[in-house]
Amino acid sequence: MNKARIRWHILVFLAPAVIVYTAVMIFPLFNTLRLALYTRIEQERVFAGLDNFRTLFFDPIWAEQFWNALGNNFWFFLVHMLVQNPIGIALAALLSHPRLRFAALYRSAIFIPTILSFVIVGFAWKLILSPIWGIAPSMLDAVGLKSLFAPWLGKEEYALTTLALISVWQFVGIPMMLIYAALLTIPEEILEAGEVDGITGMSAFWKIKLPLILPSIGIISILTFVGNFNAFDLIYAAQGALAGPDFSTDILGTFMYRTFFGFQLQLGDPHMGSAIAGAMFAIILLGVCIYLFGIQTRMRRYQL
Amino acid sequence: MNRSTLKLALLSTTLVAGMADAQDATLIIESWRNDDLTLWQDKIIPAFEAENPGIKVKFTPSAPAEYNAVLNSKLDAGSAGDLITCRPFDASLALYQAGHLSDLSDLDAMSNFSDVAKSAWQTDDGSATFCVPMASVIHGFIYNKDAFEELGIEVPTTEAEFFAALDKIKEDGSYIPMAMGTNDQWEAATMGYNNIGPNYWKGEEGRLALIKGEQKLTDEAWVAPYATLARWGAYLGDGYEAQTYPDSQNIFTLGRAAIYPAGSWEISGFNTQATFEMGAFKPPVQNAGDTCYISDHTDIGIGMNTASSNPEAARTFLAWVASPAFAEIFGNALPGFFPLSKTPVALEDPLAKEFASWRDQCESTIRSTYQILSRGTPNLENDTWGASVAAIKGTATPEELGQKLQAGLASWYEPQQ
Repeated sequence: MNKARIRWHILVFLAPAVIVYTAVMIFPLFNTLRLALYTRIEQERVFAGLDNFRTLFFDPIWAEQFWNALGNNFWFFLVHMLVQNPIGIALAALLSHPRLRFAALYRSAIFIPTILSFVIVGFAWKLILSPIWGIAPSMLDAVGLKSLFAPWLGKEEYALTTLALISVWQFVGIPMMLIYAALLTIPEEILEAGEVDGITGMSAFWKIKLPLILPSIGIISILTFVGNFNAFDLIYAAQGALAGPDFSTDILGTFMYRTFFGFQLQLGDPHMGSAIAGAMFAIILLGVCIYLFGIQTRMRRYQL
Repeated sequence: MNRSTLKLALLSTTLVAGMADAQDATLIIESWRNDDLTLWQDKIIPAFEAENPGIKVKFTPSAPAEYNAVLNSKLDAGSAGDLITCRPFDASLALYQAGHLSDLSDLDAMSNFSDVAKSAWQTDDGSATFCVPMASVIHGFIYNKDAFEELGIEVPTTEAEFFAALDKIKEDGSYIPMAMGTNDQWEAATMGYNNIGPNYWKGEEGRLALIKGEQKLTDEAWVAPYATLARWGAYLGDGYEAQTYPDSQNIFTLGRAAIYPAGSWEISGFNTQATFEMGAFKPPVQNAGDTCYISDHTDIGIGMNTASSNPEAARTFLAWVASPAFAEIFGNALPGFFPLSKTPVALEDPLAKEFASWRDQCESTIRSTYQILSRGTPNLENDTWGASVAAIKGTATPEELGQKLQAGLASWYEPQQ
């Protein structure tokens, strides 16, 4: 008579979240992946198997655009990893310094751009950097460095890096906040014990604090990865769907948008668009898996 | 008791709402002309509503660059308005083939338009017309008359005179010779390549030969405009690489530039912004006395959403759009958009008159990439944007650009293979 009772309350409590999440996330995701397997011939939707992916990866015209977008995406990510995260960590370390005055003010000031809309950030920076109305040329002129100014957003070689740095400016507050919170959880006793052993100042940061915040840095890296490979808004707001000049700022998000919805005389192709979305999903999934199984499980954790 | 009151209340509101519907059909217009919102609201719609009591019209434009994407999503979702402003050629043809636009061939007022005017909104065999032609736009150059007088420059008619004028303005230094940027890319193709190009490929002759596969984009006539565009780079303002379309408009209307490569659609905006007198000249020909060709592009039509809940009212509106009365209001309310109806319309705006007068002096053509040639992938129109920018910046030679475009076109367009 030891019949297991069905615990209805678990189902009831889970249901709302599961239903909402399935309706707005899981179903659209799988439907998009399904859409990628079809194509349209003479107004009829026909099953095409993996043809769209074959076109995407092997047709020279599509493949060139795809690899260009993917390469740009990696550069976009790399700039964030090399600039945004180290600066975020450095700012957090400075902010957590007990003798720093106005720490709360700096913290809010640095975090504010994060809550701004992409459209505002894109538009504001476009104006700042504008060779015609912008303050960047006149500011450089004031310190005698006018010759360093170039119309960065309009040059193939600088445009993507410029946009990546704008994005860094906008989002540097996020790693700063996360690391700051991690640093605050480090108990004073550990640092004091270190001091007794002669570890002070910078070496306290490198030898005690950094190992303790490594898991947070890992989380930030993976958030940056997912965010960057899903990026679209800033490029679209600043450079439009053609991601000019000459596709030098084209990332997977803008490539997908242009293909899916069409652009100017180019008609939208939801099936190829879904194929690109599927490829983006696979890339992000792969990146997250590498992190979860390759890095996170091997990361050493300390019990505080 | 309580419940039946509620029922009654609900019933009565539906009835009232239903009656209001029967009296006032509301038509919603989808458009990309957000610049014209006030003109529609103040002039065009009141004129229609005065003649047709019982039909209310709402003009709900979206941003030009997003229009096609927004419209397609709305149509697929069934939430689009009753009347659809039609882009010329394939974008609208695709909507007709997908069953989103009604066949309007049987609309009586269609006889007010020439075949050329209707061609932008017909099936390839011409059997069905699905949008009422509204207007075309003409390309050319708008110039600052004060600046030209100050520097003693005559209006150029040949290419040599054109570049001599640019040199003179540059030498003087008080004006930027030409206001155009390459940031948004399309100006380089639309106001650059397709503005000066028809003089090289002889308008319709070259355009149709390209469609038939008798000419190639690597031919001299199609490559030479890129070589001319390459010379423009030196006369554009500092940092033109990051200069956007609104930047260029502002630079010109603030009086900082002398020449603006234009489409006639700029006229109404420029009239309100600029404080100096403006003139216009047509794309310069290579040698004095050559036949001139202008791009007189069928740009706007209007059609009916098949899912419209007020098809009768929508047809009434479309018949009115096709009438000379509308052409008169539209042509003068929006100087620079030239009505396509057969009855000539008396234009009042001097700048618009100047543009329209070229129709009598030159051969008209439409933009080379619009009909049929931008159906496949890669998209010839989008590629032309990139190529025109590359020509101006000098990042590729005209011959390389011609080869690249030809290879792209030949990859999917049979007559070119």
